[in-house]
Amino acid sequence: MNGLLATLEPLLFIFISPLLAGWIKWIKCRLQNRRPPSLLQPYRDLAKLFRKTPVVASHASWIFEATPYILFASMLLAVAIIPSIAVHLPTASIADVIALVGFLALGRFFLILAGLDIGTAFGGMGSSREATIATLAEPAMLMGVFTLAMSANTTNLAIAIDYVLDSGLVLRPSFVFALAGMVMVAIAETGRVPIDNPATHLELTMIHEAMILEYSGRHLALIEWAGQIRLMLFGVLIANLFFPWGIAETLTPDALTKGLAAMLAKLMELGMLLATAEMMLAKMRIFRVQDYLGFAYLLSLLGMLSHVILEVG
Amino acid sequence: MSLFFSYLSILLALTSGLLAILGEYGGFRLPTGKVDLAPGQDQNGTIHRFLLRSIHELSHQQGVFALLLLSGIGAVIGGATALLTNQIARDILPLGLPWMHWHVRLDALSGFFLIIIGIGIIPVSLYGPGYIRQYRQDRYPLWLLGLCTGLFVAGMELVLLADDAFFFMIAWELMSVSSYFLVAFQHEHARNRRAAFLYLLMAVVGAIAIILAFGVLASFSHGFDFDGFRDNPLTPFWATSAFLLALVGFGMKAGLVPGHAWLPEAHPVAPSHISALMSGVMLKIAIYGLMRFSFDLLGNIQWQWGVVVLAVGTSSAVLGILYAFQQNHVKTLLAYSSIENMGIIAMGLGLAMIFTGAGRAELGVIGLLAALYHCLNHSIFKNLLFLAAGSVIHQSHESDLDHLGGLIHRMPKTAFIMLMGCVAISALPPLNGFVSEWLTFQAALQATSLESGVLRSMIPMAAAALAFTGALAAATFIKLFGIGFLGLPRSQHAAHTREVAHLGMLSGPGLLVGLCLLFGLLPTFVIQALEPVTALLLGATLPSASAQGGLWLTPGTQSVASYSAPFVAIGLLLAWWVTQAFTKRVSPDEPKRGPAWDCGFGGLNAKMQYTSTAFSQPVRRIFSPVWDLQESHEGASAFSLTHRPVRHHLEVGDQSWRLLYHPIGNLTAEAARRVARLQGGSIRVYITYSFATLLLLLGIASL
Repeated sequence: MNGLLATLEPLLFIFISPLLAGWIKWIKCRLQNRRPPSLLQPYRDLAKLFRKTPVVASHASWIFEATPYILFASMLLAVAIIPSIAVHLPTASIADVIALVGFLALGRFFLILAGLDIGTAFGGMGSSREATIATLAEPAMLMGVFTLAMSANTTNLAIAIDYVLDSGLVLRPSFVFALAGMVMVAIAETGRVPIDNPATHLELTMIHEAMILEYSGRHLALIEWAGQIRLMLFGVLIANLFFPWGIAETLTPDALTKGLAAMLAKLMELGMLLATAEMMLAKMRIFRVQDYLGFAYLLSLLGMLSHVILEVG
Repeated sequence: MSLFFSYLSILLALTSGLLAILGEYGGFRLPTGKVDLAPGQDQNGTIHRFLLRSIHELSHQQGVFALLLLSGIGAVIGGATALLTNQIARDILPLGLPWMHWHVRLDALSGFFLIIIGIGIIPVSLYGPGYIRQYRQDRYPLWLLGLCTGLFVAGMELVLLADDAFFFMIAWELMSVSSYFLVAFQHEHARNRRAAFLYLLMAVVGAIAIILAFGVLASFSHGFDFDGFRDNPLTPFWATSAFLLALVGFGMKAGLVPGHAWLPEAHPVAPSHISALMSGVMLKIAIYGLMRFSFDLLGNIQWQWGVVVLAVGTSSAVLGILYAFQQNHVKTLLAYSSIENMGIIAMGLGLAMIFTGAGRAELGVIGLLAALYHCLNHSIFKNLLFLAAGSVIHQSHESDLDHLGGLIHRMPKTAFIMLMGCVAISALPPLNGFVSEWLTFQAALQATSLESGVLRSMIPMAAAALAFTGALAAATFIKLFGIGFLGLPRSQHAAHTREVAHLGMLSGPGLLVGLCLLFGLLPTFVIQALEPVTALLLGATLPSASAQGGLWLTPGTQSVASYSAPFVAIGLLLAWWVTQAFTKRVSPDEPKRGPAWDCGFGGLNAKMQYTSTAFSQPVRRIFSPVWDLQESHEGASAFSLTHRPVRHHLEVGDQSWRLLYHPIGNLTAEAARRVARLQGGSIRVYITYSFATLLLLLGIASL
């Protein structure tokens, strides 16, 4: 039963993730007074891409063809270890939050390599920028995670969520700072405005898109899908770490249904916030990113310090 | 038993060195003939002699390396016996001064590092015969290479066995001096001579600091043997002085900032299999020295020492990787990355010291384990990377990343080996580098249980610095692999490179790939095997690490953190398989091959690619004060409509030269100039000096 749940949950997760992307696009269109595409449009795009035969550059190496699979597999593993609908799944203790960052880094490692594989200028540019942003985002993210980990005295996500549930709704300054830092990092890591613009194809402003320009067909489908999973993963992570209420604490069908509903509601809300924020912000130039991520790091650091000074004492 | 194998290993290493000389000057050298096929000569005879000579040299060099291989196996067996049986073997060798024989002791700590040496030598001795062929063609003195390699290995093993300060220093100097000759091996380049001199100079300064540290210990004890040091505790002031001296001495050898300047100069210029030994193994011997000195000989760790070590380690890690990222030379990049990794090891050690000093030895164990595990891991993947880089340089005659590219098509096997090394050193799961970084993070996160608020907030900041280091390390090794092996070849040399022909040059590093996987997948067993070491140094072990069985690594309780490497690997494979199967089902046809799309511009050529310099430009711009940057453009103009050649010149210098080494050098030169005033050059002045000295001595004697 547990094993079945542990396989079903990630599957459900990855099949919902395009819906979240569609939802954000839908909200954005409404806010901009445009007529939105159907919520299911991302599924149609993926289906179309999967049907097409991929074209691979003649001098591409095996890394180029393997990368979409490695990226998707690492994302799948990351999904398997984060508590989304239920807190305690047997897969959750395989790896902790540091390993989660490791899985994301593994996928990105190969994606950046694939950007360099064909030898186009755009690919190199995207890779170089992605590597830079990842370098700055990772410490900020871990700092935010550590604030939580030190409060709950664990790096295990399920136990940390348990801790937050147990202690109830207390306003801790450290959590507020860590939440703000994490949200900023999540925006950078998922390639949204103001760091990167997922909708642009203007060469000089792209980061993530520049790396994957050479991909087509099912390879591109896997990469796009992995990106959507990544977005949802960060959403669920933030929602469940800071606002875990509603998540299923037992594995009864009732609790699971409630957990699913709670997760969907939280994601819808986050999607609305994200779309509104993207509406109001402009993409920043690349050499302002360090200020942005430096600020995120500083917020997480403040969270850490306020935890150490105010809360442990 | 364990001592027998260690002695055997040392003797084999020395014999391999001797055999190298014998081959050159010994009686059984075959008559040599020139390959001079002038008309009228007995051509068959000449060719015959030439062939014989080649065969002779070949088998002779193979003999040298075979002995080295046996020596490595002996070291692994000896070390493993000492570590697993956890028995302390002692011996006194009738060597050295008449009243001070050499004391030998082999315990779990020495045993562990002996295994590291063994694991380092075995692939190198497989790799060596193929690699040194190039030197034979260029008529380098191979006997010197063989002799010094043998002495170098023996020196490192003797350091581990030494149980008195006198013997320790002899072994230490043997290691330093023999490696000086290895660094200076290709001495016809001025750069190599400079690097070797710098290396020797800093080794000497470091050795002085170590001797002084031993001197402090000896003044509280009645001799130079380590047992005396252990039994006689020092006053806190002298203990701190001794510790700081030892940190300077061993830290310089380990390449910790700011004593690192020799490392990025010396490691790249040595032959690649020697660079592998120096980076992979010798730096660990310095860490061994620091561990032995502070945990075992000094004892009574104070937490302030840990703060110093943690600060030094953090700055080494961050600066090392920032510098590594900006390098274009393959081996210099690897050398700077060694500084980073030594920094990570020092961070683990510093955490162990802080916790132990604060009376929480059971938490210090996690830090110590992280440091030990990272020693093992770094010795494996840095060895691998240097050997693979050696293959690249050997085959392509290019060491600048901006002249490489596309090697994955021409050297597929070496490329795979290199890729695995890059993944491992970037601390990505499920390989071994991740495990030790994970442990370091876990140690840092135990900071909440400390009393002091300053420490509680400082340690997580060090952990964030480690996160930065890890992310930048991934970027660095993406650059190394992505620019060097992927894309289009950037030079004629790179375009005509072929895969290495010698099997040993693949099997040596290939063996290390296997070890990266093994130690990545089975961390719990390694941690269990390390139990005697932590028991010896801290008097505490980590029984909880393997409490959940061999598949789970749980440094605290399972509710604190757990990592199951085998399940992660299985999960990754399963996820890969599901993705493959799903995709195959949805779209079964093979991908089509065509020209690169490149946004439809067409005419893609190698010059359009990102270079290594360009790849690291954003980070260079963001953190520009870190480097001593000299950048200039020639001929570039925004308004020029004509096509003019543009030159871009960039030098990335090490700030430590400007801030530390050059001032010290200038001070020394100035002091020497002042002292030189004493030397008037006239004989009368010197006679006056002698006379005055004599009077002074007589005066002292008559008191």
